[in-house]
Amino acid sequence: MNMMSEAAVEKALDRKMNAVPFKMIGKDVSVYYGEKRALFDVNLNVRENTVTALIGPSGCGKSTFLRTLNRMNDTIDNCRVTGKITLDEDDIYDPNIDVVELRARVGMVFQKPNPFPKSIYENVSYGPRIHGLARSKADFDQIVEQSLQKAGLWNEVKDRLHEPGTGLSGGQQQRLCIARAVAVSPEVILMDEPCSALDPIATAKVEELIHELRANFTIVIVTHSMQQAARVSQRTAMFHLGNLVEENDTDKMFTNPDDQRTQDYIMGRFG
Amino acid sequence: MSMNTSLILLLILIIGFAAYLAGRSRALATSNGKLSVLHSLPGYHGTYAAICTIVPAVIVLAVWAVAAPAYIDSSVRGALPETVLSQGAATTELALGQVKSVANGLTLLDDAELAALENGSANLRDALAAKGVPLAGDGEAYMVKAATHFNAMTSTSRIVMAAVVFLIAVAGAVFALRGISAPFRARNQVERVMLWTLMLASSIAILTTIGIVGSMLSEAIRFFNSVSPVSFFFGTVWDPRFAAAGSEATQGQFGLLPLLSGTLYIAFVAMLFAVPIGLFAAIYMSEYARPAVRSIAKPLLEILAGIPTIVYGFFALVTVGPFLRDISAQMNGLITGNYVSFIQAQSVLTAGIVMGIMLIPFVSSLSDDIITQVPRALRDGSLGLGATRSETIKKVVLPAALPGIVGALLLTASRAVGETMIVVLAAGVAARMQLNPFEAMTTVTVKIVNQLTGDLEFNSPQTLVAFALGITLFCITLCLNIYALYIVRKYREQYE
Ligand SMILES: Nc1ncnc2c1ncn2[C@@H]1O[C@H](COP(=O)(O)OP(=O)(O)OP(=O)(O)O)[C@@H](O)[C@H]1O
Ligand SMILES: [Mg+2]
Repeated sequence: MNMMSEAAVEKALDRKMNAVPFKMIGKDVSVYYGEKRALFDVNLNVRENTVTALIGPSGCGKSTFLRTLNRMNDTIDNCRVTGKITLDEDDIYDPNIDVVELRARVGMVFQKPNPFPKSIYENVSYGPRIHGLARSKADFDQIVEQSLQKAGLWNEVKDRLHEPGTGLSGGQQQRLCIARAVAVSPEVILMDEPCSALDPIATAKVEELIHELRANFTIVIVTHSMQQAARVSQRTAMFHLGNLVEENDTDKMFTNPDDQRTQDYIMGRFG
Repeated sequence: MSMNTSLILLLILIIGFAAYLAGRSRALATSNGKLSVLHSLPGYHGTYAAICTIVPAVIVLAVWAVAAPAYIDSSVRGALPETVLSQGAATTELALGQVKSVANGLTLLDDAELAALENGSANLRDALAAKGVPLAGDGEAYMVKAATHFNAMTSTSRIVMAAVVFLIAVAGAVFALRGISAPFRARNQVERVMLWTLMLASSIAILTTIGIVGSMLSEAIRFFNSVSPVSFFFGTVWDPRFAAAGSEATQGQFGLLPLLSGTLYIAFVAMLFAVPIGLFAAIYMSEYARPAVRSIAKPLLEILAGIPTIVYGFFALVTVGPFLRDISAQMNGLITGNYVSFIQAQSVLTAGIVMGIMLIPFVSSLSDDIITQVPRALRDGSLGLGATRSETIKKVVLPAALPGIVGALLLTASRAVGETMIVVLAAGVAARMQLNPFEAMTTVTVKIVNQLTGDLEFNSPQTLVAFALGITLFCITLCLNIYALYIVRKYREQYE
């Protein structure tokens, strides 16, 4: 498990971000959908226990890059990835790597809440069950409770664990999906616009949650909201037309970006 | 020269088209080049004019075409000699029929021949036979007169009809064209006509269904007048002896249960084959097959659904049945040394297997549709948690699709229950209640066919029972279908 103690996290924050070690390294990553090239030699590294925000205008390849990190692109028929991505030194596109295991280490939360049409309990225990993380009922109960607690949902659903997950509100559903991802104890959690289907209050809750999850997980989040990127992330990467334009500390990115295009985008001059 | 109906119809359509063009250009003229002053586009004005021209004229034409012959018949019938009329309805109709063929023959004769007929120097039958019109009997003097009368009325009716119909068409066109003005809401009028047309079409479909059920029901009630419903629905013996005419005593037994059990048993065996294969095929098609494979395999599978069931029946009779019989003899021989087949060529198993083959494409294409309807987001959610494809299918996709699949299976089952040709050829006709799938059993549909083949009159319980069987089958499949549609619909709502 790669859980840093609270103190270590605080210390890591105190140091300059540049000093935090890389969890995932993307080198010359290009993605093709059939003939169409969606990403051009992207070099982007993801730091441990950090929230990295991916921003950029629509269609610039944020989701595409995010999906390369746990090989969700494999599920798209004509999609091809070149370049190299490592997770803790392991090349995740190595033919010998087990995609199933990779996705257990790099979990994903989607734009639209997508709870399974099962009970809340079964939604959360789904991952642990297929990966054999628990045996007894008590173990499962514990995992479910802990995951729901980490997702800040426990108090709202503890009396209705066996009701369908689809019966929750949109915001609750999204936190259920986060709990579901957390239950597998991944090292990295990828989030693709997790708040775009939520109202401001639910959004605030999820943002707060992301903030807390950072202690235990490495998070990569795609967002269209500059405010959100500024609030939740420590590092920000700006994409444009399939290219990585700039990657920097979030503070610097929003006050004094290196690239003119970043400045224009943040000021709302295109997008 | 008389105008026939299809020519009149064609002319009406031409007038209608002319009215369309005229309506359109008139509307254009009214607009003075500014289309926006028109409430409706010129095309709508044209269509409205065409509708006003065609619809009333065609309705009158149709009514006339039905009513006029009936009127002429009754008039000619009334003019027949008293000697014929007094012999009863059957003789009168016969005479009327002869008059009509004479009338038809007369139109083929020229003036000289007609004159010869009138002064009696030529024989009616020979004269007509020479023109290729055979006459049953010699023909009597009154017939020529009646036939001439008939021909006269028919041609008058045609001419008057043509005149009236054209008048109506032209009047309709004039009415519509004069009504064209910028604010006239032709578009709404056309919309109304469209609505009526659509409503007419759907009410025809519904009325036919009601009519079919009604006629079946009334015949079934006649059956239940002579056989009690209890002995029909709960009887365990099927033995509908065709009684010799007049002997009321031996009317046989009409127990439904042996037929129903055969029907359900064969349907069950068929589903046993079709469901796993069809479902696996659907899963492969929807989840694994690459688009190229899918685009070939899916139509191929659906071709199976287009094969007429009688062909499956042949297949069962000629191939599957004998094959099962022979292989069972071989197996028996190898084990016991006694080469006697234990599977009959016509058996529950034969019928079930072949019907199962027929049902595979239904199961697979219905389930395929339902499985593909499961949102991609659910699959992604499961794959994103590190589940394998088959785990995703087993634990997320299939459970989510289950209600829909159950609905699809019920629809398939109702097909199996109502299937006729395969069981007629492959299941046998022995009506008995037993559990051995290697022996023959029979079904409701087979017995309906049995009871209705031959030259029959619908007045004995032996034939009327077919309607009772039919309505029973109808109720069973109706219930299955309604329940299945209910489930499928509920499933659809879940993802909307
Ligand atoms: N399944 C696919 N098949 C073909 N092209 C795709 C597919 N998915 C994405 N693309 C293309 O790849 C490019 C990048 O898409 P991507 O979804 O990564 O953009 P994005 O930055 O996430 O946009 P948004 O902010 O709108 O979600 C786009 O041009 C898109 O049209
Ligand atoms: Mg996206």
